[in-house]
Parts: sequence; C-alpha cells; structure tokens
Amino acid sequence: MSNAPLLSLAIWVPIFTGLLVLAIGKNEGGQGNARVRWIALGGALLGFLVTLPLYTKFDLQSAGFQFVEREVWIERFNVFYHLGVDGISVLFVLLNSFITILVVISGWSVIEKRVSQYYAAFLIMSGMLNGVFSSLDALLFYVFFEATLIPMFIIIGVWGGPNRVYAAVKFFLYTLLGSLLMLVSMLYLYNKSGGSFAIADWHKLPLALDAQVLLFFGFLFAFAVKVPMWPVHTWLPDAHTEAPTGGSVVLAAILLKLGAYGFVRFTLPILPDASREFAWLMIALSLIAIAYIGLVTLVQTDMKRLIAYSSVSHMGFVTLGFFIMNSYGVEGALVQMISHGFVSAALFLCIGVMYDRMHSRAIADYGGVVNTMPRFAALMMLFAMANAGLPATSGFVGEFMVIMGAMKQSFWLAFVAASTLILGAAYTLWMYKRVIFGDVANKHVGELKDLNWREMLVLTALAAATLFMGIYPVAFTEVMHASVNDLLRHAALPKL
Amino acid sequence: MTAREFINHMLVLPEAIVLFGACVLMLVDLQVKSERRIGSYRMALGVLAAAAAATLFMLFVNGSSKQYLFYGLFVADALSHLLKLVCYASVAAALIYSRQYLLDRDLLRGEFITLLLFSLVGMMIMISASSFITIYLGLELMSLCLYALVALNRDSPLSIEAAMKYFVLGALSSGLLLYGMSMVYGATGTLNIVEVARVTAQLAGGASDRTFLVFGLVFVVAGLAFKIGVAPFHMWIPDVYHGAPTAVTLVIGSAPKVAAFAMAVRMLVNGLPDLAQDWQEMLAILALASMAIGNITAIAQSNLKRMLAYSTIAHMGFMLLGLLSGVIGGNRLSMNDAYTAALFYVIVYVIMSVGAFGMLLFLSRAGFECENLDDLRGLSKTSPWYAFVMLILMFSLAGIPPTAGFYAKLAVLSAAVTAGYIWLAVAAVVLSLVGAFYYLRIVKLMYFDDPREGAVAPAHPELQMRVLLSANGLVLLLFGIAPSMLMNVCFEVIKAL
Repeated sequence: MSNAPLLSLAIWVPIFTGLLVLAIGKNEGGQGNARVRWIALGGALLGFLVTLPLYTKFDLQSAGFQFVEREVWIERFNVFYHLGVDGISVLFVLLNSFITILVVISGWSVIEKRVSQYYAAFLIMSGMLNGVFSSLDALLFYVFFEATLIPMFIIIGVWGGPNRVYAAVKFFLYTLLGSLLMLVSMLYLYNKSGGSFAIADWHKLPLALDAQVLLFFGFLFAFAVKVPMWPVHTWLPDAHTEAPTGGSVVLAAILLKLGAYGFVRFTLPILPDASREFAWLMIALSLIAIAYIGLVTLVQTDMKRLIAYSSVSHMGFVTLGFFIMNSYGVEGALVQMISHGFVSAALFLCIGVMYDRMHSRAIADYGGVVNTMPRFAALMMLFAMANAGLPATSGFVGEFMVIMGAMKQSFWLAFVAASTLILGAAYTLWMYKRVIFGDVANKHVGELKDLNWREMLVLTALAAATLFMGIYPVAFTEVMHASVNDLLRHAALPKL
Repeated sequence: MTAREFINHMLVLPEAIVLFGACVLMLVDLQVKSERRIGSYRMALGVLAAAAAATLFMLFVNGSSKQYLFYGLFVADALSHLLKLVCYASVAAALIYSRQYLLDRDLLRGEFITLLLFSLVGMMIMISASSFITIYLGLELMSLCLYALVALNRDSPLSIEAAMKYFVLGALSSGLLLYGMSMVYGATGTLNIVEVARVTAQLAGGASDRTFLVFGLVFVVAGLAFKIGVAPFHMWIPDVYHGAPTAVTLVIGSAPKVAAFAMAVRMLVNGLPDLAQDWQEMLAILALASMAIGNITAIAQSNLKRMLAYSTIAHMGFMLLGLLSGVIGGNRLSMNDAYTAALFYVIVYVIMSVGAFGMLLFLSRAGFECENLDDLRGLSKTSPWYAFVMLILMFSLAGIPPTAGFYAKLAVLSAAVTAGYIWLAVAAVVLSLVGAFYYLRIVKLMYFDDPREGAVAPAHPELQMRVLLSANGLVLLLFGIAPSMLMNVCFEVIKAL
C-alpha cells in the first residue's frame, strides 16, 4: 500500500463512483434510489479512506511535494499528469473528501428528484476538487478548476431554489470570466518559461516587474472571483441562497478555498515582486470585506444569505493573512480556510435542517426553535460560537493568528481586522437569538421534530472537528510549517 | 504507362471512386422504385467506405511524402489524406443522421445523395489542389451542388430564398476570389502554387510588384473569408443555415469548412508565405470581427439553427487565430505549432457541428421541426442520455474542459500568445465568455426547465443513428481527456506540409 497512487485514487474513486451511480440510476424511485444512495455513500467513504494515509504518512520535515505521480499527458504542449501535495494542499484534499461524505448523508432523505444525477454530480465534483488541490501542472490544475463549474452549475440549476436559473448562470459566467483571464496568463508563463506548464518551473522563472504586474491582475481576477473578494463577491449570496443544502456546503467549504489556494500556489511564489507591490491593495480589499461586508451581514433577513455574506467576510481574513506575508498570517489564513470549511458547512447544514422542515429561510419565520428542537439548538450554538470566533473553537485559532500577524505589520491593520470579532459575534449571535430563542413564534415551529439520527451524525462529526481544531490546532499547523516557511522564503526573494 | 506512373496516378483513386460512384448512383437511382431508397443510401455509404479505404491505402503507401500529379495541378500529401478522411466521415454522418428526417419530409430523393457526393468530389479537389485553377474548379463544383441542395425542399419559400441568397453571394465571392487570383497571376506569371511561392519569395524585395501582389491578396482573402464565413463576409450564413432543411444545414456546416480551411492553407500558407505579414494582419481583423459579431449576435437568436450559424461565425474567427499566428516578424519557427492548432480546431469544430445538427435532426419528427430553443425544454427529463450528449456538445462548443473544445481553444490561444498577439487572445477569451452564455442557455433549457405540455420523447429511429450520435458526443469527451492522439496526428500532418 506504501506506493499506491493515493492521489489518483482520491481523484478517480469518487469520479468513477459518480459515473457508476449515473449509469445504474435509470429506474427512478423506491428500490433504485436506495441502491444509488448506498453506492454513493460507499464511494464517498472509500474516497475518504484513501486520503487518510496522506495525513498519517506525511513527512512533516519536508517542504517539498509528496506522494508525487507524474505521467506524460499531452506531449504537444509538454503537459504532465503531475500530482503531489505539500503541507499547504494536503489538508484540503482531506477536508474535501470528508465533506463529501457529509454531503452524501445529508441529502439522503431530502433529495427525491433525480437522485442518481444528484449524487453523481457531487461525487464527480469531489474528485475534480481533489484534482485541483493536488495538481502540480498548471494546465491540469486549470482543467480541474474549470471542470468543477459544470457539476456545480447543474447542482444549483436543477436542485436549487426558485431563483436558481439566474443564480446558476451568474455563478458560471462570473467564474468563467476570471478563469479565462487566468488561462491567458498561464499561456504567457508557458511561453516565457520555454514551454513548460510545471508550476515548480514557474516558481523559479525570473520575470520583469511589468510582466509580473499584468500576470498578477490576470490571476487576481480568477482567484478574487472564486474567493470571493469584495467587490466581485456578488455572485456568492445568490448562488448560496438558491443552491440546495449540499451545494451550499460544498460551495462554502471547498469551492471558495480554490481561489485562496490559487493565491498561495500561483500568485505569491510566481509573482513575489508584484505581490509585494500590490499587497496594499489586497490588504485594503480584505479589510473592506471584513468590515464592510460584516456590516452588510448584520442586516440580512435570509439565513442562507447571512451565512453567505459572513463567508465573504471570513474569507477576507484569509486573503489578509496571505498578503501580510509573515508566517502567522499565512498559517493563520490556512487554518482559517480549514476552519471555515467545517463551520460554514455546519451552518449551512443547520439551515438545511430547518428548511427541510419549514420550507423557509427567512429569519422572521422562526423563533423559539429551542423549545421543540433542543438537541439541534445545542449543536447550532456551538457552530454559531465558532463562526463568531469563540476560543476553543476552530474559528478562534485562525482569526487570532491572522490578527497577530497583522499586529506585527501595524496596529491599525490589526484594529480593523479585529472588528470582525465584534461584528461576527453580533450578526451570528443575533441571528441565533432570533431563530432559536424566545417563545415559539408560530404553530409551524411548535410542530418541529428534533434531529433524526442522520442529521445528528453529520452535525456531531462537524462539531467534533470544530472542537478538536480549536483545542489542538497543532495537529493542523504542524503539517503546514515546513511548506509555509518555504513559501515565505520564496516570496521574500525578488525574481526580477 | 510504366508501373511507376500508374502507381502515381493511383493517388487520385479516392476522387475517381467518389466521382464514378456518384455517376453510377445517379443512373441507378432512376430505377429505384422504393420510396425509402435503401439501395441508394447503402451504395452511397459504400462509396464513402471505398474512398476512405483508398485514402488510407495511399496514406499507408506514401506516408507523409508529398507528390504532385497532372503537371503540378494536384497534390497528395498527409494533409490532404487527413482532411479527406474527415470529409468522408462527416458526409457519412450527414447521410446517417438525415435519412429519417428526409424520409419523414418526403425529401429523400436521388438528388440529395448524388449532389452530396458531387459536392464531396469538389471538396476533395479543393483539398488536393496545388494550383489556383484547381482550387477554383473544386470550389465551384462544391458550391454549385450546395446551392442546389439548399433548395432541396422546393416547395418552401424560405429554402428558395436561402438558396438564392447563397447563390448570389457565393457567385460574388467567387468573383472576388477569381479577381484576386488573376492579380496574383499578373504579378507572378503563374498559377501553380509552388511556383507562386517561389516567385513571391524573389519579389518580396521589389516594392512596386509587391503592391500589386498585396492588392490581389486582399481580394483572395476576401473571397476566402466569404467561403469560410467570417465577419464581415458572413451575411449569408444565418439565412442559409436557417432556410435550408436541417439535413442540408448539417452538410453545409461541416465538410465545406474543412475544404475552406484546406483552401486557406493551400493559397496562403503554401502559396503566399512571404506575404504572411500582410495576410496575417487582415486575418486578425477578420478574426476579431467574427468573434465579436458571432458571439454577441448569437445571444439574440431564438432559432437554434440561426444561433448555431452565428456560433459558426465565432468559431471560424477563433480558428483564424491559429492561422494568423504562424509567422512572427518573418520568423517561421512556431509555424507548425500555429497551423497545427488551426487544423485541430477545424477538425474538432466539425465533430461538434455535425453532432449539434445531428441532434436537431434526431429530435425532429414527422410534422415537427426542432429548430427553436424552446423545443429543447426539459429534454433531460424526456430523454436523459441524449440531453447528456447535447450537454457535452454545448460545453465543448463553449470550450469548457474536459471536452475537446477546450483544447482546441487552448491550442489557438497558445499560438496567438506565442506570436505576441496578447490583446487578441484577451479579446478572444472575453468574447468566448459571451459565447458561453448562449451555450449555457441550452443546457439550462434542457436541464432546469420542465418539458412543454404534450412534449413526447423523441421517437428513436434507427440503431445506427443512435449509436453514431452517442459516439459523436463521447468522442469529444474522449479527446477532452486524451487530446494527445488527435493533436499528434495534426502535428505530423502539418510538419509534412
């Protein structure tokens, strides 16, 4: 098992399970659907199992890429099927495979329409996302990066809410515009580097500052849309609101991380001088996202929209952490990414739980849920606290590290960034109060049933992850150390 | 005739087979009583198979060597073999896809099959032309057959109008082309393409002669642009695509593009490489205009055939990006890469176009014409598999990985960036984003919307059509996952040019 192509398995097991599910899912209804669900669950579990050795066998001392696989793919363009993970990317492969299991379980009894297609879309997307995080060849990265749009488009459009078509098209076109500009930037680098798509070669490629600046903005657009950064975030609330629960979970937990991951994999090491030159811009945009979007979040009346805006604000922390360019900042940002993966996924699942029962996402339709759903209220409390950044939850660790990093840079930077601790607490807890506490607001709330065992299982798993990460973050940060230090060394050297 | 000469003349065997087959078919078809014309249909497929076998045999015997015949009027090289094979395949697909459609409409007449084969002969002559005269002969043979095919449904005013428009504009463009050719002849004193290339290389220094040549080149490029169908010479395309019976639209949208590409390569790349700076600039304007007009106008179309017509215009503009990136400031180092990209683009485009129109034919039934966007509504519910095939086709047309369309775009963009046309590459990607919108709309209609009242699953016609249509979609996915196969073939072919 030691030399098994683990990363290939992590990519292709879900994809082939997805195709299998699609193929057998002809006879809709009853028995057929049950079989589809079990196969999908099996594929997701197997997909997660093959990623576990990536963590247990990971060499903590090495900053290089591990579990590398390399085959020629397109000779004409010198493209390789080149996979590998380092301390930065390995955790995302694990996170993604973990979230996939939860998504499969959470859709178990909710999705009645086109079940096989639903599971197939999620599994195929999961495999592609693993591909994005483990590609060491830029074109391979791009193919996976773009290809994820297709299943997500279908997921939002087919299983989404009333305004789903608008949201799906907006999502697709926004992200496509960004990635196409990235493609041109990649082709430029391919040409400059004498015909290589290997990301490692690009890391070493000397580039003049004006070329770096153009490329910086080419990449920025692609990644900023994905993160999303203010002011190109407007697709996110629409997409989140209209997507089905599973779609929102994957979108928040994984897809948003692609953009941030792009910054650490491409922008910082390949364009270090332009990154330093425009760090002020990135920091300013991040602070706007944190403070301004935090305020916008406060006034939302739709729970999903609220969490969506809170995601934008939290992702502002991530980009802030990257562009203050010290080890606290970058590691904090990475921790924040993982933590946000757990917490936002959990909150969207919580809203999904309520939506499945009440078919409403409006805060005003709720109140006093604790009276009928005590177990649910307790779990959601934990996630709300984590979203607000309470110590001993995962949300605290990342934010604290980024604020520490910002403090090293300047007091006022840290001051603005720290406003999130107040705003985050305000919007999350206020929503929590209005939805959960108080008297039973109407008779629909009075008839609510508490969590069933499947929902309980999913939320408990996420609660355990959130707490574990809050109490023992070293399990996550130790993996990152070597790679982050290497990245920072690299980003500090001019390559003009 | 010595054995060697005989073998050399064997190189026209594919043309001879198709021509002879077409003539025999014309006679035989007169005797066919059956309305279904199974005999003629099978015979046409047989002729195509025989021609393909002959071409493969030539490829096997001659490899990538270049041979001239008939005093330099005709050339057989790897490019001609490959493009002919693509033409056979697309004509065969046209026959298979359109059979049921034409039967339902009482249009499966002998004319359709014979004209199709004669136009194929024209295309093959264009592909193998090595003289301006041969190019023109092939072009006219092809075009005249196509004009007649457009008017196949002679009771439909729309078809007649389209045929008239096609004929008038086609004649005009042929005139332009001929005028340009005559000027090239005036400047160089020869019509043979190899000779033209040799003389222009010598003339490249002399200013006065060059002006005359460039003046002729303008008309040649304009005529070419008409035939390829790029803006601003695109006016005929939407009307012809819309007016012709869908089966004929399929024919016009596929193999003739290959022939037009061959014509461009023969005239510009083989014949006038020393004027590359001039024609590349012209092509850059044409490419940009096509991508802009094609993609933006396509959004406003509610008729699928018109939408696909504008999409063709945009795609041909994209293909030109490859052709115009070959020579960089007199440096021909990256020529092979650039022309490989264009060739790859054309082949992938033909596969996509055949598939898309094939799908329309598949969904049309007796008394029902699938040609409006709304006709695709809810397809994923009534027939999930064909909706999936259409999904692949649409994402491939939009250039989203993992489909072949992405690598086609990647290759031409890469060529453009290498040639330093970064602004053109950026414009191209922005416009292809605009294009993505209308392809997405089709996916949206198929997957997100409910079927219309009373919509029925398409009647499943013959097995061969279903198999071919599925294969058509899957091939795009296959080339999307393993694009190397086709790309290497294209490169070898261009290298041998």
